[in-house]
Amino acid sequence: MSRENTKKKLKKEEKEQVYRKKLIKKRKPNRSIWGDFFLYLFLILVALIMAFPIIYAVSSALKPLDELFKFPPTILPKHPTLDNFSDLFVTMGKSWVTFSRYLFNTAFITFVGTFGHLIIASMAAFVLAKYEFPGNQTFFKLVTVAMMFTGYVTQIPNYIILNKLGWIDSYWAIIIPAFASPMGLFLMKQFMEGLPTSLIEAAKIDGANEWKVFSGIVMPNVKPAWMTLIIFSVQALWNNRASTFIYSEEKKTLVFALQQIQSGGIARTGQGAAVLVVVMIVPILIFVFSQSQILETMASSGLKD
Amino acid sequence: MKEYLQKYITLRKHEAKVAYKKAKNRKMCYLFLAPYAILFTMFYVFPVLASIYFSFTYYNVLEAPRFIGLQNYISLILQDDIFLIGVKNTLLIAVITGPLGYIMSFLFAWLINELPRWVRSIAVMVFYAPSIAGNCFVIFAVLFRGDAYGHVNALLMKWGIIDTPILWLVNPQYMLPICMLVILWMSLGSGFLSFVAGLQGVDRSQFEAGYMDGVKNRWQELWFITLPNMKPMLMFGAVMSITQAFNVADVTMQLCGFPSTDYAARTIVAHLIDYGSQRYEMGYACAIATILFLMMILCNKAIQSLLRRVGT
Repeated sequence: MSRENTKKKLKKEEKEQVYRKKLIKKRKPNRSIWGDFFLYLFLILVALIMAFPIIYAVSSALKPLDELFKFPPTILPKHPTLDNFSDLFVTMGKSWVTFSRYLFNTAFITFVGTFGHLIIASMAAFVLAKYEFPGNQTFFKLVTVAMMFTGYVTQIPNYIILNKLGWIDSYWAIIIPAFASPMGLFLMKQFMEGLPTSLIEAAKIDGANEWKVFSGIVMPNVKPAWMTLIIFSVQALWNNRASTFIYSEEKKTLVFALQQIQSGGIARTGQGAAVLVVVMIVPILIFVFSQSQILETMASSGLKD
Repeated sequence: MKEYLQKYITLRKHEAKVAYKKAKNRKMCYLFLAPYAILFTMFYVFPVLASIYFSFTYYNVLEAPRFIGLQNYISLILQDDIFLIGVKNTLLIAVITGPLGYIMSFLFAWLINELPRWVRSIAVMVFYAPSIAGNCFVIFAVLFRGDAYGHVNALLMKWGIIDTPILWLVNPQYMLPICMLVILWMSLGSGFLSFVAGLQGVDRSQFEAGYMDGVKNRWQELWFITLPNMKPMLMFGAVMSITQAFNVADVTMQLCGFPSTDYAARTIVAHLIDYGSQRYEMGYACAIATILFLMMILCNKAIQSLLRRVGT
């Protein structure tokens, strides 16, 4: 009897030891437990603070109208409803440009703009990062400098150019300038510089030309950068209200129409809160889905020089 | 003198020839670059040059621009008191939120880097969401509302710290700190994302080599291994946070009103929007933009030389 007990105990201890070993192996050897504890406590606290305004925005969109003006103010709704959202759709339905048209405008601009930007910017980034040719450094410096210039004043010369091209009041006025956004190129180039040059040289020895190297080797290896670039581009285009270059109501974007409703004063407080949620949910959702892909590609693309 | 000039010219000619030969060998590169370069010149380089040119003119959109030399700059610096308030506010915001936001971005990216994958992806989402949430920051106007219905006022009154509500967004005393808070909340943007992605790509064998060589704690590891590996991303993050810190306008305009009480929350860009899209004094607006641009470039140069010293 006692023997069996001791055997069991031994087995248990063995198991525990294995378990402990795993834990210890996972932890990096140069970390103190207290340091971990305090840093993560701090992290959780900050995360809660960061998330609060967004949670509050969502919760106030779910509040019925009488709770929005309650005293003392509450944070979570007592009787959550979707009334604000359905009201919003009713208001949108009343405008003479249909909801689906606004949605199409935004979707078209976002999709075409992002796709073109991805291809054009990564082509340029590839040669800038991996080849040396006269003008290389100068051009890249120009791009970094352009990244810092505020968009507000370049709007005027931009308008003059777009007007000359006859693109004012068409989707192209938003799409084509988005192709050349300096942000994407900068990002892509910085990531491509991390690729080992030996990879490209090997492909060249095997007889691949530049285009093949670009499409077959470089692009598949920088997928995380693609995703990041797509997120930035989509986010910028989705939030583009396009009010300066497009003035026909039927070509305006969804965000513009929604924010028009939001500025409707105190009677639209509920709908305004709903607009806030609709406008922010799309970029966040896109990010959530593409983020998992980023992490996946990052994990599987273990490049070692 | 003549000889020197001739020597110089021949040298230059030779250099140009070499460059041309190199360029000929690299024809493919230019083909790859061309689509981007053309669009970029059209929509970024040319407009920037044009706005620098306009800054020396009087231009009200209706009439053709008239050249007036440095007049715009002189009246900006010597006569426009509101512009000086704007410069002061912008510098204050940039000096406080720029470095803080940058450090926060890196610190959080680095802290969440060692978490298990699913926790990390949730954390990235939580931290990154504010910066892509569109105009979600207007929710702070509700939180800091001036009457007793605002959450902050209600809470402070409940605890008995104040007995009358504070006009947070109207009182010049509180405007800037609140705006800075909001800007910090939104500052974990593209730089943060770039840090997260970059940290994942750091070669693990370098850490193991570090343990062997006697890296004692996480801070040494950060300084000697992680940071030097992150240099390109650090540069990117720096440019982003400078741009963000100097181009503040949306937050202050939507929270504190436009114009705000006593212009207490006016920034350079807000001033620019005022003159550019409300008074149609484009020449003047372009002068403002050029000054802002110069400030940003100087700041960027300073930070880049700082970042070069990382890890040494």
